[in-house]
Amino acid sequence: MKFDYFVLPFTLGLVFLFIYLGITYARWFMQLDKPDRKAIGKGFFSLKLFSAVREIILESLLHRKIFRKNLLLGFMHMSLAFGWFLLIFIGNIEDRVYEPQTLNPPYVPIFFRFFNTTVHPFPFHNFFSVLMDLILLLVLAGIVLAWGKRIRSRAYGMRRTTKLSLGDKFAMVSLWFVFPLRLLAESFTHAVYGGGEFLTGTVGNLLGSFLPASALFYPAWWAYSLSLGVFFLALPFSRYMHIPTEVVLILSRHFGLKEKKEHTPLTDVEVHSCSRCGICIDTCQLAFAGGIKHVQSAYQLRAIRYQHINPAEHLNCMMCGRCENVCPVGINIKDVRLISRNKLNGYPIDKNEFVRPTVKPVKTDVIYFGGCMTHQTPAIKKSMTKILRSAGVNYWFMDEQGGICCGRPSILTGHTEQAEAIMNSNVQIIRQSGAKIMVTSCPICYKVFKQDYNLDIDVLHHSQYINQLLADGKLNVKAMGSNAVYHDPCELSRDIRVYEEPRNILEKIVRLVPSTYEKDNSLCCGGSLANLSISLEKRLEITQDALDKLTVQKPDLLITSCPQCKKTFEKASGIPVRDLAEIVASAMSATDKSAEKSIRQKKHLQASEQY
Amino acid sequence: MIEFGYSLQSNRQIDFDLNDRRMLKYVRKNEPSIDWCMSCGTCASGCTAGATSDFSLRRMILMTRRGEEDELKTNIFRCRFCGKCINACPRGVNTRNVIYWMQQAVKNINAL
Repeated sequence: MKFDYFVLPFTLGLVFLFIYLGITYARWFMQLDKPDRKAIGKGFFSLKLFSAVREIILESLLHRKIFRKNLLLGFMHMSLAFGWFLLIFIGNIEDRVYEPQTLNPPYVPIFFRFFNTTVHPFPFHNFFSVLMDLILLLVLAGIVLAWGKRIRSRAYGMRRTTKLSLGDKFAMVSLWFVFPLRLLAESFTHAVYGGGEFLTGTVGNLLGSFLPASALFYPAWWAYSLSLGVFFLALPFSRYMHIPTEVVLILSRHFGLKEKKEHTPLTDVEVHSCSRCGICIDTCQLAFAGGIKHVQSAYQLRAIRYQHINPAEHLNCMMCGRCENVCPVGINIKDVRLISRNKLNGYPIDKNEFVRPTVKPVKTDVIYFGGCMTHQTPAIKKSMTKILRSAGVNYWFMDEQGGICCGRPSILTGHTEQAEAIMNSNVQIIRQSGAKIMVTSCPICYKVFKQDYNLDIDVLHHSQYINQLLADGKLNVKAMGSNAVYHDPCELSRDIRVYEEPRNILEKIVRLVPSTYEKDNSLCCGGSLANLSISLEKRLEITQDALDKLTVQKPDLLITSCPQCKKTFEKASGIPVRDLAEIVASAMSATDKSAEKSIRQKKHLQASEQY
Repeated sequence: MIEFGYSLQSNRQIDFDLNDRRMLKYVRKNEPSIDWCMSCGTCASGCTAGATSDFSLRRMILMTRRGEEDELKTNIFRCRFCGKCINACPRGVNTRNVIYWMQQAVKNINAL
């Protein structure tokens, strides 16, 4: 068997790594609940495996999403990941072709040039040498780019990169050493024994001309092996844990595993999959508008992983989802953060005492739910009642007196148990009303009613419902002829992606001015209920920045469809801020107004008859 | 003044040394804006939790200042964090964070 003592650091490191990963993943697997374990078991024997492998190749190796962000950044990640993979893969094939009869231990293909200094010709011998040199060049290019990124990250499309911890830096430096040392070791070997191709051969000749190659080549192999061993030892405890864990994450995502309300092994997988690449930092409004640079998801996922959460920093997040939208790994950042918030803030409560229903259900077709924020922007509820009346809808304004919370703010601040109590009480009221449709004016409420309540009725945001009413001809609007920019509220953008309905309505009434910050790239107004600890001054800075960005084209109006966005923007805006419902209500044509009048009279008559 | 040897009322002086300031100090350290509160009560007037319970942020802040742990304990967890108070506050108090740290103060009262 081929052996030399210098392979020991590499081999021991590799053995340690595999044992550590094996134990960690097995432990996570055992902690999963039964359906999830079954799903994984089944997944490996289903077609889902192919789509998962496809994504692993495209994302873990080729880094397609990072390529889309920036070519140079993508190339850097691709050359390191895919190049290293090819070095191992092609190296193994080369070894197989060279010695098809013997089964070599895993270190032989890695240190192929050491063990086979003088090769007897074998099939495609030259082809393999050139190919291996080419791949090494690719990886080295990645390393050089990585150095460059440390000096000038702007060239890579990143204003800021993650501030790394000491452990991460240690692992990173050991990784930086691996490939240059491989180049040195192979070059010295070629300088002594001859051979080598355009890269290792040339470098070997060059170095051999002024350095004692025969004395240096053995230490170089030792150094190469050591750097690999150190990197493998550091990998599970540093950010490089993302390399194997991302594969696990992609597999479990394709096998249908979902985040739950409490911490599950999937949460662990997501947290360990974060490579702290820092792409989330630039996209965060707290960073670019508020100058708060230490609370972004890369840091918080790290804090969750090593369990050193600072509550004030952890709660300093607007949950707008901009980071999740650009995360190249596709981590469910918001879910993970909510889970950790619940761990941080949760406490048991007396559910009966906590919620006392304030309203008696009324039989109706459509429930209109304003939400807390709508009660602070009365124009919206007035407009909505006007619209519903003139469309002749049989509706019931569920929280006309206020006092009903949807539960979403409690979820956002990590009070899951309270939220459940609130939701259970609301579900009773909604069920008993017998309504078929629920319309809400507040996207915050809309999200929770739609996604967490499991109601068997249609839940619509008012933009969707008004769009329906217009399509059904129950409502007519006139064009107003002013220029307006539409602001997508967070929940209606990256969360549920209600993009077409509001634009559909607005195109009938105003001239919509396009904005770079719309749809998936929309901004948070700064008034987010998710952020507890941000100071009011910072909040205002974020609002002002969002306003500046939205009104670049100098529109006459800023239109949104969230009461909280309206409330927040109004404080700082130079142009009027209107809700979609207000715009529709003011653009309703005269015929609608008469219809509304007749309905009001009818209702009045009915009421007096009952009386 | 004539000394009768007794008085109609017992001593009404407040012993400020008995005031438990731990909670106030703790909340103030984490959310200084609690000191801006002038007890106007605007926060409590529109409060969602206040519609169904005795919850009132104005009173909660007062209780924190007085160090009345018991009343704080029974009421502070009723908040829904809906954020109406933060929009309403004329003094710019970061009300939700104040409530969050009050909750933490009550939870960890022995460690303060």
